[in-house]
Amino acid sequence: MGAGHGHRLHYHGHSPVHRAPAHLKIATLLAFVLLVVATPHAWVWAFAAYAALLLGVVALSRVPAAYLAKRMVVEVPFVVFAVLVPFVSHGPRTEVLGLSVSEPGLWAAWGLLAKGTIGVLASLTVAATTEPQQLLAGLRRLRLPDQLVQIAGFMLRYLDVVTEELGRMMVAMRSRGCDPRSPRHWPAVGRTLGALFVRSYERGERVHLAMLSRGYDGRMPDLPAPAHREHA
Amino acid sequence: MSEPVLDVRRLAHAYPDGHEALRGVDLHVHRGERVALLGPNGAGKTTLVLHLNGILTPTAGSVSVSGLPVGAPHLQEVRRRVGVVFQDPDDQLFMGSVHDDVAFGPANLGLRGEALRARVRRALEQVGMQDYADRPPHHLSYGQRRRVAVATVLAMEPEVLVLDEPSSNLDPASRRELADILRSLDVTVLMVTHDLPYALELCPRAVVLHDGVIAADGATVDLLGDPEQMARHRLELPFGFDPRAALGHRPA
Repeated sequence: MGAGHGHRLHYHGHSPVHRAPAHLKIATLLAFVLLVVATPHAWVWAFAAYAALLLGVVALSRVPAAYLAKRMVVEVPFVVFAVLVPFVSHGPRTEVLGLSVSEPGLWAAWGLLAKGTIGVLASLTVAATTEPQQLLAGLRRLRLPDQLVQIAGFMLRYLDVVTEELGRMMVAMRSRGCDPRSPRHWPAVGRTLGALFVRSYERGERVHLAMLSRGYDGRMPDLPAPAHREHA
Repeated sequence: MSEPVLDVRRLAHAYPDGHEALRGVDLHVHRGERVALLGPNGAGKTTLVLHLNGILTPTAGSVSVSGLPVGAPHLQEVRRRVGVVFQDPDDQLFMGSVHDDVAFGPANLGLRGEALRARVRRALEQVGMQDYADRPPHHLSYGQRRRVAVATVLAMEPEVLVLDEPSSNLDPASRRELADILRSLDVTVLMVTHDLPYALELCPRAVVLHDGVIAADGATVDLLGDPEQMARHRLELPFGFDPRAALGHRPA
């Protein structure tokens, strides 16, 4: 069916990185990213060390480089911004390939690119090696407030449902001669998104009714983790 | 007669905007019955269903489930006794896996450990979905999701199963499979539907809700065979469908 595989960031595998407990991976990722962000631009060797460490983990996880590379495109807007920075910044100018660029701007661009790329790659690696349900369990084990974990869980569960709904609405718009890409039709697209919000809100109410009907009292019950239950 | 499983008396409900959805509904359903609740769109069928497990509160009148009045002090027990399967399985299946969804209800009732596992296993077996326990619900087909939705309620061992449009959006094979499952269950059923052949196939008795009151209550085959009454309640059979002839072929 149209939904396909729900978790587009996960890459199935059994490497040590896949098997590591989710809460450890989340905590390590957070610490690693904070460390990378706090490192001054000029410590190029430090970034080289981070990158080497990260690539080592990627190699250990046996997630194909192409798989991660394709998902790195989320970084593109930041790359574009980073490329522009040396041209629009002030300060002493220097020559690169015959173009006059700002030297502090060049350093800022380098910092943005290096930190951004390492951060995105690290996050993707964790996402590729951790099942979404494990991520939620990991967050719960890290004592993230239960309400937040519940919200994240519902988001995971309904992301595909809402995406499919949006897809159907877009098909209906195209069928009536409206091209969602053309700026002339953006007001219509905007109204569609509004309608999608209202529909999702109503669905939220229906889900809540269904939960109440099965005795929900505001707290999620403790269910056994998949590993601890026998299979029928 | 014995005490009815569902005992609805003079039930009236007005929404906050003043719309009167129910204006004095009387309905009794006895143990082991399978009853179809029919009626045109906007007749108040869903409003009635939401009163049966105490989601909505009556403006007047009362609902009791096996003698227990539906109301604040024992809502939890009422919701165990009345299992509602909603129309869209995506509304009913909100957890990350089939197992967790089926376990949600009994876990809210306080079941843990082996007792909880046994409930989940049995409910999934009843709908033939025991091999799918670890799947996320959105990876299942629509018919499978509908069956799991039924299992989520069966796991609470309800006294009455209330189904809202159980056959909607199902392909004919899934529709028949669900009918086989419903027939195999030893539980009282109240089924809201527009699918009249389905009502005839599964429910010997039918009640019609029209303009917020019970407008007809009797044998399904008699109701469907009475064109005048059908027209009055805006009910229509599919083209060429003959209820009496269809009953002749009914599976035992």
